Amino acid sequence: MRLIAQRLIQLVVVFVVVTLFTAGLISLVPGKPENLVIPFDNTPGQTLRQEFRESNNLDDPLPVRWAKWAGDFVQGDLGNFYSASGGTPVRTRFDQSWPVSVSLILYTQVLSLLVAIPLALWAAYRSGRWTDKIINTFAFGAISLPSFAVALLLTYYLGVQMGWVPTQGYVRLTEDPGEHFRHVIVPVLALSLGQIAVYMRLLRSDLVATLQEDFILMAKSKGISNGRVLWRHALRPSSLTLLTVTGLSMGNLIGGTLVIEFLLGIPGLGVLIGETVLRRQYEALQSLVAVVAIAFVLINFTVDALYSVLDPRIRERTT
Amino acid sequence: MSENQTDHANQPVLEVRDLVTQFSSERGTVNAVRGVSFDLYRGRTLGVVGESGSGKSVLSRSVMGLMPGNATRTGSVRFEGSEVLNASPKVMRSYWGQKMSMVFQDPMTALNPVLRIERQITESLHEHIDMSKAQAKDTALALLTSVGIPEPARRMRQYPHEMSGGMRQRIMIAIALACGPRMLFADEPTTALDVTVQAQILDLLQSMQRDRAMSMILVTHDLGVVAGRADDIAVMYAGRIVEKAPAERLFAGMRHPYTQALMRSIPKLEMPSHTRLDAIAGRPPDLVNLPEGCSFAPRCPNAQEKCLVDDPALTADDDHADHVFACHFPVNEVVVAAPGIRVDGQPPRIAHDPSLGGSA
Amino acid sequence: MTLSTATEAAVAPAVPEDADEVAPKKRLPIGAWLSIAWLVLVVFLALFADLLPLHDPNVSVASKAELAPGEEGLWLGADGSSRDMLSRTIYGGRNSLGIAVGAVTIGFVIGGLLGLFSGYFRNWIGKSLAALFDILLAIPALVLALSLVSVLKGDPVQAPDAFRLPTILILILALGVVSIPLLARITRGNTMAWAQREFVTAARAQGATNGRILFREILPNVLPAMAYIALLGVAIAVVAEGGLAILGASLDPPAATWGIMINDGKSAMEDAPFIMFTPIVATFLTVMALNYLGDLIRDRFDVRESAL
Repeated sequence: MRLIAQRLIQLVVVFVVVTLFTAGLISLVPGKPENLVIPFDNTPGQTLRQEFRESNNLDDPLPVRWAKWAGDFVQGDLGNFYSASGGTPVRTRFDQSWPVSVSLILYTQVLSLLVAIPLALWAAYRSGRWTDKIINTFAFGAISLPSFAVALLLTYYLGVQMGWVPTQGYVRLTEDPGEHFRHVIVPVLALSLGQIAVYMRLLRSDLVATLQEDFILMAKSKGISNGRVLWRHALRPSSLTLLTVTGLSMGNLIGGTLVIEFLLGIPGLGVLIGETVLRRQYEALQSLVAVVAIAFVLINFTVDALYSVLDPRIRERTT
Repeated sequence: MSENQTDHANQPVLEVRDLVTQFSSERGTVNAVRGVSFDLYRGRTLGVVGESGSGKSVLSRSVMGLMPGNATRTGSVRFEGSEVLNASPKVMRSYWGQKMSMVFQDPMTALNPVLRIERQITESLHEHIDMSKAQAKDTALALLTSVGIPEPARRMRQYPHEMSGGMRQRIMIAIALACGPRMLFADEPTTALDVTVQAQILDLLQSMQRDRAMSMILVTHDLGVVAGRADDIAVMYAGRIVEKAPAERLFAGMRHPYTQALMRSIPKLEMPSHTRLDAIAGRPPDLVNLPEGCSFAPRCPNAQEKCLVDDPALTADDDHADHVFACHFPVNEVVVAAPGIRVDGQPPRIAHDPSLGGSA
Repeated sequence: MTLSTATEAAVAPAVPEDADEVAPKKRLPIGAWLSIAWLVLVVFLALFADLLPLHDPNVSVASKAELAPGEEGLWLGADGSSRDMLSRTIYGGRNSLGIAVGAVTIGFVIGGLLGLFSGYFRNWIGKSLAALFDILLAIPALVLALSLVSVLKGDPVQAPDAFRLPTILILILALGVVSIPLLARITRGNTMAWAQREFVTAARAQGATNGRILFREILPNVLPAMAYIALLGVAIAVVAEGGLAILGASLDPPAATWGIMINDGKSAMEDAPFIMFTPIVATFLTVMALNYLGDLIRDRFDVRESAL
């Protein structure tokens, strides 16, 4: 229980610091925000811009502004997008976008782990021999190719040359599973390639270390097959670093997803954030960044909780 | 222990002939075991004694076949009549756990930290014996009780780090004995334990062995551990057996200078206080670049020129055929120190003769 | 973009165990020579681009757009605006590497110092700094970089007279600031590991001041570990710039970076894929070379240290 309280406090602290930081950053933008956000205000007496100033408390000092924004935020109001025709709530577009990105990230993580774990087991088992070296070389190459480059190359070969996949756009799973699959395969593969390489290298090196431990020899001396020893005895104690990195790499994945969504015209959170920044919708940006930061922190909390599940020695220390 | 002579079966449980084990390292080929031979009969215990680097641990793993992939072995290892040196991994797996088992040195690192005790015991059972989960659980409970663990049902659900060192070692013994092996390798089973617990564990091993008529190889660096607990003792140095004899014979009349030095370096209760201990001068030889001649010669107080050139072979004592040693200028010493040893039927006495050079 | 081995480093600082043997000297594998050769080439071209007989990279020189490589004396062809691909690649490399190296330098100097202090002084200052790093790491790096670039670029339409840094500096600053928390955290981890070693206690027992210990004893040990992070950092920054370019937040046209060239090339994918391939290959080779050497340095460093 004390642990949960601790975590909640951490969450709140992160929220406050990150959003204050973002708000501070935004306040550095030169010029009047209302001019930036509502470029063409042809209403009589410039009322749109006036409303903007008022509703965003632009004449109040930063902490007050922030407090009012935070108050709205925790109630689920993410602010508004402003344009020449007025304001539309960020929330609507957010609700449409986040499932897309989350599903991409989820597919990527699952695929990456499903491929990386067996590869790492195999490479660790055959440590030092040709199989291991070849796998390592490939992993190395995979890390060196940026995910957006992979996306472009895949689009070229699978899309332009073979015509198997579309080069743009997105279809929801609920609408048409087949088409959905065709649209997500390139981004997911592109994102996964780098992740697989990272996970595999990490897990392999932990496995190689674990395999030197006495309890592995002991398990072998009980007459258990090598496969079982690898899977049942070696994998669990070696997976802690992998777990950490899975959590940490979410931050990377979000960045990578952002770029790839932009590239392939996939209407996810990445595209939303990108547009928000480029259209200088800073109020909306603040809310979106806050959401992403909170999500990231929650993910890492989950990772921490999973630690104790994997390694019972840690359970006692957390009480 | 010496009184407890279980019947000699016609065939030894284990016959090792000229076992050589090498493995490659960054600096070259390590000659860990350089031609070891011995027999082990049913119900008997062989104590293997030596310093770190003597090859004793490699010996037990090598005999059992648990060496890593970069190791090569030559020679012959016959278990219950069948040659196992070059047996396939599949065949070896059928032996391991079921016919021969090993108890490791450090129970903290030898038990899987993330699996419950019950799992670690029943795994062995399920591997070799066809039994249901319930039966396996009962067997495990019985095993834990037999090794002296109180509240076995509660302990089964625990993890290794929740127990004391002594208890962990008992559990390791239980795991090793789960499927009733004929042969047990105990590789420094007490080195990682407190002194008070050591005797308990050794007693446990002895009683389990008696109950099951099991053969045991007890590997240790501590002569005190094998005294009173081994039928035969082999002293190893630089990958070779330098002296081997039935236990009382060894203590009653050791011939090799190394054995003598080992004996002398043990503090004895009867010594006056502040007696200086005789440590053995020098360091064990480099197993990659072994010197010519006798490998102990650089450290031997009796070494002569011949020793530096000519590596002595194992020869038998004139009076006792089962006592062999490898030395050109053996000593002839009677030392009585370990409890429980009776010398030629006489009660233990304190005085000892200084070593004499030359043959007996 | 992947943080790959940098994440590995964040998770486990590279403080080696002691070993008894002196490790044998190993010769450099062929991959190392290839990597060094490539990097030397790239850096040389970047530094001396102006002295070479190259076309202006920002001006159209070919007779038509998307000219195939080899024609009209253009070895790598021309891009969608008829500009010379070869000189764009070279000048683009200069920009990409310049941005990356600049960013990593900022990150190292500021993040490194902060990390050193935070790792050495274990009081509330150190701990708050550490907490701050962790918190800032909760913002996905690319999002933060994008926001910084956008803020610093300002709005040329609405506020054309507002003070504005040169775009290339903006990118260096943005990527640099983003890298500070991670570099600080890694440095902190390494510092803490080294600070526990006995030679530090020994120095303190001889009356050395904190500053002296920090800079004379700890820093020289932390630096080699950071050397490989530096190489990785440059690799990551190059990729990050690529991401920013695709989002439209890199240098202004007609300037070239490899990221910008990739972005330009994507629209010509169907007819002239080489426009996109060339900068992709350049990026790939550079990142791979940096990763390879980084790994090598890390392994070497471990081995040599354990001969202590």
